[in-house]
Amino acid sequence: MEVNDNFIYTKEHEWASIEDNIVTVGISDYAQESLGDITFVELPAKDDEIDQFGDLASVESVKAASDIFSPMSGKIVEVNNDLEVEPGLINKSPYENGWIAKIEISDPEEASNLMTADEYRKFLESEG
Amino acid sequence: MELIFEKSVDGLRGYLNPNSDVGDAKVPSKYTRKEAAKLPELSELDVIRHFSRLSKRNFGVDTHFYPLGSCTMKYNPKFTEKIAAMPEFADMHPLLPQLKQGEKLVQGSLEVLFEMEQLLCEITGMDAFTMQPLAGAHGELTGVMMIAAYHKVKGNKKKYIIVPDASHGTNPATAAIAGYEMICVPSDKNGVIDLEKLKEVVTDEVAGLMLTSPNTHGVFNSDIEKIADMIHAVDGLMYYDGANLNATLGRCRPADVGFDIVHINIHKTFSTPHGGGGPGAGPVGVNKKLIPYLPISRVIKDDKGFYSLDYDYPESIGYIASFYGNFSILLRAYAYILLLGKEGLKEVSNMAVLNANYIKEQLKEYYDLAYDRHCMHECVFSASKQAGRGVHAIDIAKFLIDQGMHPPTVYFPLTVKEAIMIEPTETESKSTIDWFIEKMKEADVLSKKSPEDFKDFPKTTPVSRPNEVKAAMDINTSYFI
Amino acid sequence: MIPYIANTKKDVEEMLKCIGVESVDDLFKDIGPKHSPKSFNLPSGKSEFEVVKKLQAIACKNTSSLINFVGGGYYDHYVPAALSTVMSRSEFYTAYTPYQPECSQGFLQALYEFQSSICTLTNMDIANASLYDGGTALYEAAMMAIRVTKRNKIIMDGGVSPIYRKILKTYTSNLNFEFEETPVTHGHSDRDKISELLDKDTAAIILQNPNFFGAIDDHSDIIEQAHSKGILVIESVYPISLGVLKTPGEMGADIVVGDGQSLGLPLNLGGPYFGFMATKKKYVRKMPGRIVGETTDKQGRRCFVNTLQAREQHIRREKATSNICTNAALCALQGLVFMSLLGKQGFKELAELNYKKGEFARQTLEKIKGVEVKRSSPTFNEFTVCLSKDACYVVEQMINKGFAAGFPLGRYYKGMEHYMIIAVTEKRTKEEILNYAKALKEVLKDKS
Repeated sequence: MEVNDNFIYTKEHEWASIEDNIVTVGISDYAQESLGDITFVELPAKDDEIDQFGDLASVESVKAASDIFSPMSGKIVEVNNDLEVEPGLINKSPYENGWIAKIEISDPEEASNLMTADEYRKFLESEG
Repeated sequence: MELIFEKSVDGLRGYLNPNSDVGDAKVPSKYTRKEAAKLPELSELDVIRHFSRLSKRNFGVDTHFYPLGSCTMKYNPKFTEKIAAMPEFADMHPLLPQLKQGEKLVQGSLEVLFEMEQLLCEITGMDAFTMQPLAGAHGELTGVMMIAAYHKVKGNKKKYIIVPDASHGTNPATAAIAGYEMICVPSDKNGVIDLEKLKEVVTDEVAGLMLTSPNTHGVFNSDIEKIADMIHAVDGLMYYDGANLNATLGRCRPADVGFDIVHINIHKTFSTPHGGGGPGAGPVGVNKKLIPYLPISRVIKDDKGFYSLDYDYPESIGYIASFYGNFSILLRAYAYILLLGKEGLKEVSNMAVLNANYIKEQLKEYYDLAYDRHCMHECVFSASKQAGRGVHAIDIAKFLIDQGMHPPTVYFPLTVKEAIMIEPTETESKSTIDWFIEKMKEADVLSKKSPEDFKDFPKTTPVSRPNEVKAAMDINTSYFI
Repeated sequence: MIPYIANTKKDVEEMLKCIGVESVDDLFKDIGPKHSPKSFNLPSGKSEFEVVKKLQAIACKNTSSLINFVGGGYYDHYVPAALSTVMSRSEFYTAYTPYQPECSQGFLQALYEFQSSICTLTNMDIANASLYDGGTALYEAAMMAIRVTKRNKIIMDGGVSPIYRKILKTYTSNLNFEFEETPVTHGHSDRDKISELLDKDTAAIILQNPNFFGAIDDHSDIIEQAHSKGILVIESVYPISLGVLKTPGEMGADIVVGDGQSLGLPLNLGGPYFGFMATKKKYVRKMPGRIVGETTDKQGRRCFVNTLQAREQHIRREKATSNICTNAALCALQGLVFMSLLGKQGFKELAELNYKKGEFARQTLEKIKGVEVKRSSPTFNEFTVCLSKDACYVVEQMINKGFAAGFPLGRYYKGMEHYMIIAVTEKRTKEEILNYAKALKEVLKDKS
């Protein structure tokens, strides 16, 4: 299970990548693997305001459905429309082409509520 | 096999309408459809043959052992079909009893509904029933709406319904659509709701707790009255999901152990055909404190023995279905209960539980038991050991199809990894069950010997494993799209 | 000894020995004495013959000889004999929900064909594999519209069945929804009032065609107006009428629901029937209920599966689109066989025949003194009359003359005590209609 060292993570297996005041959000390799083949992604609307750990999107596979929570608060500035056509991008490339949304960060301090890559690795181990 | 639309031949028909004996009249063209619906055109024989052939591509209880855990796929006695077909019952229009003096016309049907209510009250210990809910989940919704009505009248501020993690998905879904938030409580090491964890979440804001008993791990909770006391202490209500009532007929009645509301899945315990997923019936019983909130109408009987509909319940939650319930399903169940009687119903649970324990005992060396204790009417295994060899619960299910049976439930309850949930019911013979046990053992042996074989099962069915990802991606749900 | 239990005494002994307990009672030791029933006072069992005899006697307390003119959304149509042949195939009726597609292809394909038939009947893209009945289907449609639009107001046209309106009110009473109803008219929907009510908080407007009073309408204009405000339109329909009437799809409706009873199901005092729901493709993921989809197996052969299950309660739990699990699959199959037997031409003719019978009855009754036909628009096979006497009284008198004469509207509408709706299906012969007219004339003439 790959954990991208450059990102930070939530307990619900979302990753966040912060560049300036924009955070890009997706789900971890572990999350995509437990879901199986993803068949549908419900994307948020651009310009929506969102709270940290609030509902951001949802993904569906044949046998499961999962809500995606936002790692940080802010305004959605871009969504990955490619996922509408090819939801499997999340399976193929969870940390790159499978990103879900970009959010303009309203409170950079919130990043401290997330796990580092190392912490996330340990978290995964403890989850078994 | 071809679709019925692909067999269509222009101009054919399978039924002739009566000739018109009245004058011609045409719907004004501004209100008519442009072209006729493209229904298939076939002779009567071709229609019959199409569906007869389709039926051959389907397993039912009459043709195959069907130990689908949580679903109680018992044999459906045929005499109840005969009764349900009696035209004196089948031809009754539902609005007849709502006409003035119309109740006179349907005394027989109303008697069935009334008497069925009395029987269900005695079976569950409840004080009154509504026959209206059209399926188990519909009963749940009716029950939770009554919980809400109760709290509203009492001025209670309630927000939560508690549901154990092993519950059927219908419980949390029902709580949510009825306007409650759900609190999920995990199971303890014995497979029953964790009392300590439960204590932590029981607050004044708890409207009620929904519990299946025995639960979906096949375990009867011996602490049930302690739980009821905790919930009642905050004026919460105890809801009994009757999906597993088949295990405890005559052994334990929900009302006697502290439940306030119960729904019964008539098509499970009382043996009406499951019909490929319905219709069912989900009557809901309540104790005295909830009677005012029962849906209307209710069937009553006066001292002269006359049955009528009563709508005069000002605190009722109102109409939950168009009429009085799935009448012909209730009728079948009524006949079934009359035939079995008191001793017969007890025997049902005795044999259902015996059969399940026998399977549990015979297979526990081969499959990991979720909970190693006596079970009730169903037993839950985990195929984790087999999964370690690359053979998952679903693969074992597909192997069993090839052996000529419908497989047990897999991947439910969600609390057990690689769950295989087996409910043989009381109607299966020991020799059938022995055969099933042998097949389960064979599956285990094969999982060691050649796990790769499993990927190709089933091989004996008209189609092999469907591509479900494709079905969900390239959505095709109609011939005409 | 029960004929549905197969274990002999010897079997039981062997099984107990294997389990390692002395008696069956030992298996129930989790159920302690404190859990014992306070009573279990049921009658003793009976033989099959005795039960059949008893139920036949109860059945005979019903009066099934009346000639039926009662409708209200549930109609006395003829059920072709071939239906019972298919319905008695126990591979269908003793199966359960097709969770294992390889051994359920029969039912899955049939449900796909059912969905297709509903789609062509309504001219919609997508249909589900059935809901419980028409009333609960309408409730599910309203909830779906609320999910789609994220608004919380529902407007109900005055022509929607009062039974459905009561159901909807029950289900939403504990939820934060607003309801508005347009005034009841026995003719077309009240356009002015509807325009007034459609606003930016409105999730959906519910219309019915033909409406409860039998009136047919073309709702295209209302639908267009609703869409311009982002409002969904739910149409409740009577399936037989769609043999001829302009379809909800042609009008532009977003969600279509109805009760399938008239598609070959016996009246059975209210059930089981089935509900159906159809919608536009873009709303498929918001739709409740099971959906069967086409796909291919490993060898590339066409096959069918339950699809988009991630919407459903067994996966989505508290976030599911509905709590529905058991639906009315067998009744849906019955509806499919009915539609298949009638076929394209037959179904259209059936609808036309129902229309003609209704017209004949209306024209016949119109001539009777004391009967005023309320008709500001065409009607399908049911129409509204205003009588010179209380409709309940008239119906009571007509029962004595062998007719279930119609449904008095005073039961659901204050001030309409003299009104009644009369349904006339293809089963009513000219002679029956003329005899009905004669009887009604006598009742209205009587001094009382």
